Amino acid sequence: MISGVLVIFFVLAGLAVLGAVSLILQSHPIHSALSLILVMVSLAGLYLLMGAEFIAAVQIIVYGGAVMVLFIFVIMLLNAGVEERTNFSKMATFGGVPLALALGCIIAVAIARSSGRLPAPAADGAMSSTRGLSNLLFSEFVYPFELTSFLILVAILGAIVLAQREN
Amino acid sequence: MVPTNYYLILSAILFGLGVLAFVFKRNIITLFMAIELMLNAVNLAFVAFSQALGKPDGEVFVLFVIVVAAAEAAVGLGIIILTARNRRSLNVEHVDLLKL
Repeated sequence: MISGVLVIFFVLAGLAVLGAVSLILQSHPIHSALSLILVMVSLAGLYLLMGAEFIAAVQIIVYGGAVMVLFIFVIMLLNAGVEERTNFSKMATFGGVPLALALGCIIAVAIARSSGRLPAPAADGAMSSTRGLSNLLFSEFVYPFELTSFLILVAILGAIVLAQREN
Repeated sequence: MVPTNYYLILSAILFGLGVLAFVFKRNIITLFMAIELMLNAVNLAFVAFSQALGKPDGEVFVLFVIVVAAAEAAVGLGIIILTARNRRSLNVEHVDLLKL
């Protein structure tokens, strides 16, 4: 018996994997960017499913909105065309692909071994996450939170310095 | 209720696809998007663990990851614009100034 929540999960997970595969297969960067937006929106749906409403909203606004608009803006600014194919080095074929597969196997084994030890997930909506999140953010994590403002300031300055023309 | 393992497996799949995209793509902007995909996969694992343990700590971490990703995107795209201006190409194979 498959519950409705599980059906929603599989639909969203399928969309996310589809978007990620499409990101690899598309040869035009703008199509890759649109595929990435699909991944991000389906991940936001999964966050909603897990009861993390605030993270879902931030995912849509910051990732799907701001960051991807920046990406598409740069793609259009640089007039990026179809990616040119180059020959893969022998190192990539004989070293890279087996190593990538090995990484996938290690992660899969780790997840499979941990399956018995994970606690059962809390019931739907049991965790009122936004209140707990903000309480934690402004008490225990207040120092890192203040540091992020410094990080953003440095990033703004860096972006301005990098992007300005000389002379 | 969806088991936590399903989320972790999805996260691993997305991370692996991000690694594959990073290895196989040649456009510098697409490589950057592959990094964002990997960060998103890690965020999914964080939220899944946060839900499994019933504590919002993982979500605080996701918030920090999103802030760092946004800062990284701003600086990284600045570097990409600079590279494209100097090299007249977006292919990473042509960015080989430090190569021996």
